[in-house]
Amino acid sequence: MSDWVVQAIATAVKAGLVIGIAMNIVPLLIYLERKISAYMQGRIGPNRVNLVLGDVRYLLPPSMRDAVPASLSRFKLIPGSLQPLADAVKLAFKEEIVPASADKVLYYLGPLVAFVPVATALAFIPFGTGTWDLFGTGHVIDLRIASADVGVLGLFAISSLGVYGIAAGGWGSGSKFPLMGAVRASAQMISYEVPMGLALLAAIATVGSVDTQAFVYEQATTWGGMGWLVFKQPLAALIFLVAMFAENNRLPFDLPEAEPELVGGYHTEYSGLKFALFFLGEYMAMILMCSLFVTIFLGGWSLPFVVDPSGTSGLNALASGLVFLAKIMLVLNFQVWIRWTLPRFRYDQLMHLGWKVMVPLALANLVVTAIVLHLAA
Amino acid sequence: MGNVHDHAHDHGHDHGHGAEEEEGAPGTTLADRTYIPAVMRGIKLTLARFLQPKATVQYPEESVYDRGSDDRAIGTQNPRLRGEHILVKDEQGREKCVACLLCMAACPALCIYIEPEAAPADWGPDRERRPKVFELDMLRCIYCGYCEEACPCDAIRLTPKLYQPTTSRLERVYDKQRLLENNQDAQVPQRPRK
Repeated sequence: MSDWVVQAIATAVKAGLVIGIAMNIVPLLIYLERKISAYMQGRIGPNRVNLVLGDVRYLLPPSMRDAVPASLSRFKLIPGSLQPLADAVKLAFKEEIVPASADKVLYYLGPLVAFVPVATALAFIPFGTGTWDLFGTGHVIDLRIASADVGVLGLFAISSLGVYGIAAGGWGSGSKFPLMGAVRASAQMISYEVPMGLALLAAIATVGSVDTQAFVYEQATTWGGMGWLVFKQPLAALIFLVAMFAENNRLPFDLPEAEPELVGGYHTEYSGLKFALFFLGEYMAMILMCSLFVTIFLGGWSLPFVVDPSGTSGLNALASGLVFLAKIMLVLNFQVWIRWTLPRFRYDQLMHLGWKVMVPLALANLVVTAIVLHLAA
Repeated sequence: MGNVHDHAHDHGHDHGHGAEEEEGAPGTTLADRTYIPAVMRGIKLTLARFLQPKATVQYPEESVYDRGSDDRAIGTQNPRLRGEHILVKDEQGREKCVACLLCMAACPALCIYIEPEAAPADWGPDRERRPKVFELDMLRCIYCGYCEEACPCDAIRLTPKLYQPTTSRLERVYDKQRLLENNQDAQVPQRPRK
């Protein structure tokens, strides 16, 4: 079989894999978020909706059933593990209410535009090694969907479209609180894309490429496999991390949906599955930004002694994928952790931090990086 | 993530590090203005909260009274609390109730329903009647204790036992059997008598 046929099939499989895994991280993340928030507030969190495997006493012969106490007889795999499913079912059965004053086209388009670009941008994320020799057949598979040279730039170009979904949803709702949420979201996301891009520029200058896979190889092959940009570019990593929270509209930057001020923000007028799609888009954006942070600053799929960056075996490729997944989960949990640690910013504080602190810092970082690189060259 | 203060305690500002305090008021030093030490302290605090014991009580499986807490507000139960009723049995295991209907008449919530019948012949000459049906609607009951006061035979009593939640209203209507079984529950403490 010619190589391009294999590559085409492999790309389709990779696309299914990435979307499948990302969509399955979302319920896991919802569960973890509820559990972690509960634990940090001294509660237990959801533990009633369980995957119960029936009564195990019926596996025993009738004469022995009474020996097992009833309390021990029901397996609860993970307490509350089916809570996200219950949430989804609830949302699916909710009535869809479209406000009379809504701009129908924009109202229906909003959740879609908030979700699709974010899911599309995942195509640029390398989730494993780029040198997997497909079962020894000589076809080298790059474990990312789009092996495009534009890399990070393409990812940003597509994921930035997500803000249009929020703006369209807020404007199309024909109601004042969603509009204010949408305006805040637009202003905030545009503001924080600037320091984020500048921090990224310093990282690009350090690596010398915009190719996402090149970022990982640069980090995996220098400093004994620990040449992660979080160590080489700590300030850029910090700026990127903070901007990442703002891009995802997460606390302490969740002003677009600040409950005490704006009811529900841009999704106030949404119900049922359209709200679920907004919700999904938000969590997908979290996954995207965390994967990006892992790829650029935390060495991507690489880990010394576990993954060989130039290995061609299937086991190596699998290990790289699992390492990547583990790193994303850690960063995602860090986002949840921060959410329950820091209170929300005031709007002027948000703009002050974005334009007067982070932009100059990122610029200075870029200049210093350029000078150091020039002297080193 | 930068210069973290060595604050051993969350209330570290009570005994601040002299050198930094002298340079400027709290909130004006570079470390304070980057918020990084404060954020790190916050992260440490939420982690400590994450690991600490949880306050949740898994009602109805467990009750705050099971905890034996030192907190007088939640951990102790007043023995005079008026909770679920019981029908008392005499020494021979017969219900003491003679179906005189006085509790039914005394009840301000009309939650008691009694149908009397003749007592079995082998119960002896001292017992003529007993309740055939004794139903008590726990949802209507206001737990005033008038039935207990009205009873001439000390047959109905209120216990400090709190009722369990149910999934249907019908389950809250206790019949004679249930009220008698309530009595045999070793967990039921007795209220002090007058």
